[in-house]
Amino acid sequence: MGERGKDDEMKHRKTNVEAVEPVAPKPETQDSMTRPATNPHKPEARLGREVQARIGQQLRAMYDDVVNQGVPDHIADLVRRLGDHNQN
Amino acid sequence: MKLDPAIRDQVLGTVPSLRAFAISLCGNIDRADDLVQETLLRALAHIDSFEPGTNMPAWLFTILRNLFRSEYRKRRREVEDADGRYAETLKSHPEQTGRVEFEEFRVALAKLPADQREALILVGASGFSYDDAAAICGCAVGTIKSRVNRARTRLADLLAIEGADDFGPDRATRAVLAGGGRN
Repeated sequence: MGERGKDDEMKHRKTNVEAVEPVAPKPETQDSMTRPATNPHKPEARLGREVQARIGQQLRAMYDDVVNQGVPDHIADLVRRLGDHNQN
Repeated sequence: MKLDPAIRDQVLGTVPSLRAFAISLCGNIDRADDLVQETLLRALAHIDSFEPGTNMPAWLFTILRNLFRSEYRKRRREVEDADGRYAETLKSHPEQTGRVEFEEFRVALAKLPADQREALILVGASGFSYDDAAAICGCAVGTIKSRVNRARTRLADLLAIEGADDFGPDRATRAVLAGGGRN
């Protein structure tokens, strides 16, 4: 039963490790280098065009949301002030 | 001596994108603006080391990322934003259409490991080439490509599963974070 407890603990550890940081990637073998980006062992790695396009759109929309705010006044002032008194 | 106005304009022109990147790293708009300010102070103090004609955005992004990383090492537990604080920061923009879908996306993005999210944003949103992104992150081009691929795959998985939040590992992770996330 002690063994069983250990097994459970291992399982939990594994889950936590995966959640925090990916396991270090295995060195690329010659075989995988010559293949396209899709991984034959993971069918979910092959993304539909539609899904990829949607991810790209959402990503840019979110990013542009901030970009469109332009340069906040205090930052513009800071750059001008520093530029005027540049020591170089 | 005054800063060359052309250089100054290049710096100012990079600020909006620099902020967007900073927010994606920090998950907090106030800290992101502090980080941007600190980056600009550092950059302008060392403007001589910028070679005119080279890539100003890549130069500033590199400085910002390095500053963030050195701070991150000191404050790791605060910065870990797997609890979706990144999603929280950008929550209320009523002009956005498709709010629900957008929210799902932000929550999913916040669940990615920091390295993958960073790579995906540099390439997919900031518009850097793989080469530039690799230079900014101080790693090999192949590493950036693999991070971007993994990020896309993971996002697709997270977004494809309806109610992904209700599945085991995420719920367990969230419970842990909710219990001990803030000190």
